[in-house]
Amino acid sequence: MTASALPGRLVEFVGSLREHGIPVGPGETVDAAAAVDVLGLADREQLRAALAATVLRRSGQRATFDALFDLYFPVAVGAAESADKPLDAAELREALVAALAEGDEARLRSLAAAAVEEFGRYGNFGQGGSGGGGAGGMRGWSAYQALDRVRPEALLNRVLAAIRTDTGAFGDAVARTEARSRITRYREAVQAEARRRTAELRGRERIAHYAVPPQTDLVSFTNATRAQLAELRRTIQPLSRKLATRLATRRRRARRGQIDLRRTLRRSLATGGVPMRPAMRDRRPGRPELVLLCDMSGSVAGFAQFTLLLVQALSDQFSKIRTFAFVELTDEITGLVPAGAADPEGLARRILTRAKLTRWGMSSDYGGSLASFVDGWPDAIGPRTSVLILGDGRTNGGDPNLDAVRRIADRAKHVYWLNPEARSSWGTGDSAALEYGRVVPMHECRNLRQLTHLVTELLPG
Amino acid sequence: MQEPLFGSVDEVVERLAGAGYLASTAVATTVFLADRLGKPLLVEGPAGVGKTELARALAQATGSDLVRLQCYEGIDEARALYEWNHAKQLLRITAGRDEGWDQARDEVFSEEFLLPRPLLKAIRNPDPTVLLIDETDKADVEMEGLLLEVLGDFQVTVPELGTITAQRRPFVLLTSNATRELSEALKRRCLFLHLDFPSPELERDIVALKVPGLDATLADSVVRVVGALRTMELRKAPSIAETVDWARTLLALGADTLDEQVVETSLGVILKYQSDHRKAAAELRLDTLLS
Repeated sequence: MTASALPGRLVEFVGSLREHGIPVGPGETVDAAAAVDVLGLADREQLRAALAATVLRRSGQRATFDALFDLYFPVAVGAAESADKPLDAAELREALVAALAEGDEARLRSLAAAAVEEFGRYGNFGQGGSGGGGAGGMRGWSAYQALDRVRPEALLNRVLAAIRTDTGAFGDAVARTEARSRITRYREAVQAEARRRTAELRGRERIAHYAVPPQTDLVSFTNATRAQLAELRRTIQPLSRKLATRLATRRRRARRGQIDLRRTLRRSLATGGVPMRPAMRDRRPGRPELVLLCDMSGSVAGFAQFTLLLVQALSDQFSKIRTFAFVELTDEITGLVPAGAADPEGLARRILTRAKLTRWGMSSDYGGSLASFVDGWPDAIGPRTSVLILGDGRTNGGDPNLDAVRRIADRAKHVYWLNPEARSSWGTGDSAALEYGRVVPMHECRNLRQLTHLVTELLPG
Repeated sequence: MQEPLFGSVDEVVERLAGAGYLASTAVATTVFLADRLGKPLLVEGPAGVGKTELARALAQATGSDLVRLQCYEGIDEARALYEWNHAKQLLRITAGRDEGWDQARDEVFSEEFLLPRPLLKAIRNPDPTVLLIDETDKADVEMEGLLLEVLGDFQVTVPELGTITAQRRPFVLLTSNATRELSEALKRRCLFLHLDFPSPELERDIVALKVPGLDATLADSVVRVVGALRTMELRKAPSIAETVDWARTLLALGADTLDEQVVETSLGVILKYQSDHRKAAAELRLDTLLS
């Protein structure tokens, strides 16, 4: 790349970052250009660090940044120079076992390039291509196809055999986690390579738009992959701490300041009417109480489970948290939630087996659930309680039982409904979201960013 | 524009290594840029990955004075910028009983009674300075406003004395644990560096540097186990500081290989929560010992 093409490339790159929800202002772009000016383009890793330092502002943006950086400032054009000479599948897997066992990153990357080159091609490249995906003139490079041939996961045992040491079960366990994360890295390298090669064919912007995964906090709860869910769970802990400090400062600020006029006057009688010692108003005691009503039916279970984790993390912020789950019936699960701390994956399963939520199936019945909640736990909600209802409001055609929601709203201090569906699909089909939304405030809550916003804004401080 | 501290990125790596800090490419590049572009450097990342250590090493590598401002909730201008020494002022006033008001006023608000706090100290220092503003996220939002002003122009106004401008711009390093989102305005003025766990090779070198007595193969297994622990979902993943602590512990225990027994007894050094301890023990198959 020549120096004269750089400003254009940089602007395109920044535009693509913006499109992925990373706000980069013109000031940052200028900084980035200044940084490139100081450093030069000789070292790609330095360039990456320089751009990251100038355009990024928070930690969660790094993965998106890296994927886009690889697209806009590629390592190579065409087949990677570092790619291995043509190998067949067996040879490639043989070499991969050795590289995985040694943890040789550079070799893993070149093997990833080789895999894409050999097995990832689809569509008509003139000579027909080896894959079968040729859909009328469409051509490109497929990571899926390459990984399907190489099957790196199946190599796990061979890799383990290659790095086996004599340290017994413990050594094996360490080796196993290591091998797993190396295989994941290999997969990611193949995906990045396929993206880069396809971008050359079909235009960088298109690929940047479609193929780069979104930032973690914009991933939707309901269709997150396993890896993304794990990533989301990791972000929960700092989020709850963030909330805790925020709440603490707010409460402290409320404590100082206000003067109690009546008591100050009473006190001033002792000093002849001169208010020597002003009396401060006492802080209103008590922390808020929280009641959660979670839809645990199949369609929103991922979301509910995730929200429960947040509740778990927040539990010391409230004097009392009671959690209820429902599918067709409502049951209290307060006792199950803290016990799930060690095993977040199994939480949903345990709730479904231990609590009585269903009569027949797994489809939700809002009317029946709300009725059984109002009848079964009339004392759960008092004037100091905030109620959070988590669910998509899809009643499967049944009676939405708006009256029950109204009764909850009358008794509680606040009621909020968090809906993991997009606002545009509320009220479509069997969704009673709009009807519920008229009774209690309803908010769209599809990703971590929206959740963070809601919890910080909504929590009574 | 003052003389830059470093000539190249490689020089940064070299000189920081001389001060006992092994920097990755990302760290060295960002430090180099912060120096060249004259911008403050905001370092974010989990506890124990060497944010504060970086400032210390920078000061040592460049022969600068290290001025440290530790932020905490409720820190204010008086603690960060300057204060008047009231007690001394009162003494001065009682000592000179028969002078007039004008004279007393001029005397009392002079350099002699000024107590410079870290920010003012760093700005007035004629020698090269590294200013470390530690745990910026603990301070209140008002404090950030003050920092903006000071870091933007590198000048401080003391009403009684006038404006004090930096003779020599300090190298400013802010750290944050990301417990609170810092204001956009502050972030915009800084270069951003996310310090994360190092690569296994780098971590091995760090352990070798900090715990010189440790056997190389043992250091290797220590780094591997810590790496494996980081891939688990723990409440608090072990950071470099813990790796080094663990290596030291093993040295003190006189362990020569890392087996179940040794790990089981010393796991408390790297894991700080009971639930993490249980989880790690299960995944590393340490439970076979317990039963």
